[in-house]
Amino acid sequence: MAAEREPPPLGDGKPTDFEDLEDGEDLFTSTVSTLESSPSSPEPASLPAEDISANSNGPKPTEVVLDDDREDLFAEATEEVSLDSPEREPILSSEPSPAVTPVTPTTLIAPRIESKSMSAPVIFDRSREEIEEEANGDIFDIEIGVSDPEKVGDGMNAYMAYRVTTKTSLSMFSKSEFSVKRRFSDFLGLHSKLASKYLHVGYIVPPAPEKSIVGMTKVKVGKEDSSSTEFVEKRRAALERYLQRTVKHPTLLQDPDLRQFLESSELPRAVNTQALSGAGILRMANKAADAVNKMTIKMNESDAWFEEKQQQFENLDQQLRKLHVSVEALVCHRKELSANTAAFAKSAAMLGNSEDHTALSRALSQLAEVEEKIDQLHQEHAFADFYMFSELLSDYIRLIAAVKGVFDHRMKCWQKWEDAQITLLKKREAEAKMMVANKPDKIQQAKNEIREWEAKVQQGERDFEQISKTIRKEVGRFEKERVKDFKTVIIKYLESLVQTQQQLIKYWEAFLPEAKAIA
Amino acid sequence: MMEGLDDGPDFLSEEDRGLKAINVDLQSDAALQVDISDALSERDKVKFTVHTKSSLPNFKQNEFSVVRQHEEFIWLHDSFVENEDYAGYIIPPAPPRPDFDASREKLQKLGEGEGSMTKEEFTKMKQELEAEYLAIFKKTVAMHEVFLCRVAAHPILRRDLNFHVFLEYNQDLSVRGKNKKEKLEDFFKNMVKSADGVIVSGVKDVDDFFEHERTFLLEYHNRVKDASAKSDRMTRSHKSAADDYNRIGSSLYALGTQDSTDICKFFLKVSELFDKTRKIEARVSADEDLKLSDLLKYYLRESQAAKDLLYRRSRSLVDYENANKALDKARAKNKDVLQAETSQQLCCQKFEKISESAKQELIDFKTRRVAAFRKNLVELAELELKHAKRGWAQWLMPLIPALEVRSSRPQANMGNLQLLQNCLAVLNGDT
Repeated sequence: MAAEREPPPLGDGKPTDFEDLEDGEDLFTSTVSTLESSPSSPEPASLPAEDISANSNGPKPTEVVLDDDREDLFAEATEEVSLDSPEREPILSSEPSPAVTPVTPTTLIAPRIESKSMSAPVIFDRSREEIEEEANGDIFDIEIGVSDPEKVGDGMNAYMAYRVTTKTSLSMFSKSEFSVKRRFSDFLGLHSKLASKYLHVGYIVPPAPEKSIVGMTKVKVGKEDSSSTEFVEKRRAALERYLQRTVKHPTLLQDPDLRQFLESSELPRAVNTQALSGAGILRMANKAADAVNKMTIKMNESDAWFEEKQQQFENLDQQLRKLHVSVEALVCHRKELSANTAAFAKSAAMLGNSEDHTALSRALSQLAEVEEKIDQLHQEHAFADFYMFSELLSDYIRLIAAVKGVFDHRMKCWQKWEDAQITLLKKREAEAKMMVANKPDKIQQAKNEIREWEAKVQQGERDFEQISKTIRKEVGRFEKERVKDFKTVIIKYLESLVQTQQQLIKYWEAFLPEAKAIA
Repeated sequence: MMEGLDDGPDFLSEEDRGLKAINVDLQSDAALQVDISDALSERDKVKFTVHTKSSLPNFKQNEFSVVRQHEEFIWLHDSFVENEDYAGYIIPPAPPRPDFDASREKLQKLGEGEGSMTKEEFTKMKQELEAEYLAIFKKTVAMHEVFLCRVAAHPILRRDLNFHVFLEYNQDLSVRGKNKKEKLEDFFKNMVKSADGVIVSGVKDVDDFFEHERTFLLEYHNRVKDASAKSDRMTRSHKSAADDYNRIGSSLYALGTQDSTDICKFFLKVSELFDKTRKIEARVSADEDLKLSDLLKYYLRESQAAKDLLYRRSRSLVDYENANKALDKARAKNKDVLQAETSQQLCCQKFEKISESAKQELIDFKTRRVAAFRKNLVELAELELKHAKRGWAQWLMPLIPALEVRSSRPQANMGNLQLLQNCLAVLNGDT
């Protein structure tokens, strides 16, 4: 079974695979146990990988360790593997197998047998997402990229077409790698379809990036300046993140609309997404009605969990908004700093030119150069600040809005149930009155109605329970994702900070001797 | 939490001690040593305690102190400028007025907005503003001190009587600031002077040295002005970026204190990190301000003083030439010849005296300038390196593994196995 799969980029063993294998192959079963308790049976396949991890100083147990509630083998496996070299030795040396040979990482991937059995140490080179997916026990192997924005058409009818590339080994797709061209309204159309199908049953559908009339108009008009390229890049990154989030959701991944979006070369134009279309206006009206409803529905919250979570999300929303504002201010100031540093560099160069003491003049021009380089650094820094941090925050603010929407749907569901119950009561009263008034045909009608409403009440109750259950699961998933996302981004940001500082060190160290050389 | 970083209001202390020598290269002279030993900031004025140590016979005691205010410094400076005898010297530029307005405004705004922010935020911002206030204060003290030291180091100016009175007279000098009329007079005088300067500068100088100096100074002055302004702007945006880190840190802290899950611990750590980042960036910008902006500002003023000297010399040259012409005319008419002769001789003497001292002064100016730039640039580079290496590398890098870094570049910065092992140890401890 697993043998049929071409070895995915960096080894792709999953717990499910193990289950499959365990049936037929003791070798692999004992592999599992080897990881849990050190010396048991000779595992030539497993050892080279362990050896490798001993050699390579970069174990990446981080991703896996993130999920606390996974009691599957990966957590343990990783912990075993993540021990320091000295501790690892006993595992290796106690293995009686003579076939242990240090294998380089490349050979680990190539031979199928090793890649299948040793998924744990191979985690090192894999992307985070893949690990998460397999750890969850889902068959996830899908990578989405959005690239190559191209302007199609002219004037006000122009639009940007993006290439959506999918790499996957999932069986539900016809090919393993394919790409299509999509435009922004297609993405919005996808989102509205998914939302209409899943939001009201409690799934948190990731929100699509926002429309921006100003930005798009600039692009349409053809202004080829840095702000419009920035805008296009920002949008491209946002679309990529949107799709990645959507496919991470196990239920949404199964949706045929999503598949159609990713696969089919021609997609019916989603006109309903235009702001001024009939559907758009309807949407706005609905939103207003919803807002009013929210204020009037008073729900008896029987489940404290929901109340607590709602409060939490409210707080989180506020905090994130505040943080977002601060980060945007930082981005702005950094851009300013970069511009000012560039201006100063020029000015210092001029000063160096007019200075008639040669050594000092040279030092001043050097200073100007250093400052110019620092300006470049600051620009990159701003880029990092913005794209990583700020965009993440705005994504999450929108996501939390979606979460709140889901909670609202639950309330509406409850409302429906309540209404059904009330109507049922009324119908029963009506029936009782009929009994007293003794009108047989009306009684029959009343009884029918009662049955109908009883069914509705039951349905309402089931719906409500279903949505509550779904929401719980979704919120749990959301929180996990949130943790992951934030950690990744902040760590990336910090790493870029470190790099910046190291560059700074290099520049100033180069300048120092020049300054000292001023006679 | 500090982990070896000097914190808070003292961050200028190391540089402060050498501040008086920062912008000028002075020989400390046992005969006359002046410094500002203390300063007090009251509502809208600053009182400087000027402390003198001298072995000169002119003074009654060997060591004494007086209290002076900014206006009295200006009075002293103006008295030098107006003194004809000193026309041939570069008059040390007057110290700028102590300007706490911006800082005070910010403190006021902070007080008003106290209700709208959390206690931690408030204390943080208050600390920050206090540090800023202190920094400005230290700077203004340093500027005044530099002025006095320059005067004390100058072989001629140090003997000035007004200077001695300034140093010794322990009553109030009753120097009032210029009232409106006088300020208006000053304004007109300046206008006349600059118009005159234009006329006078048209006169080509016979002496190559001075001609060269004139063109050089003109250009240099303009460029220093430009560089100084841009450097100011740069340090200011650097500072506001640092301030932003402060706010981000507090927001993250608020996020982190919401609940005690893993992510919240993470947020707390990151907020700590941003706090440290801010401190470092604030120090970097303060150092830049001190070494670069202040240097440029000072030399802006000095180059203006040098230009003034050149102007005075040109003025006296013109006067001399005019006196020559007058003498010729008088000789031709044979009227008031003696008068014309004496005035011509006076002008000649004045011109030659100015030229001689001006030459020396300008050469000294250059030496001083080169030395000051060298010192400051070297110190700037060293400080930047210190911050980058010590500040960042020391606490930032170990913090990253504590935050569960993804070592996608295992051979880069983190080639350090020890670092990685720490990382893993923390990870295992965390989960």
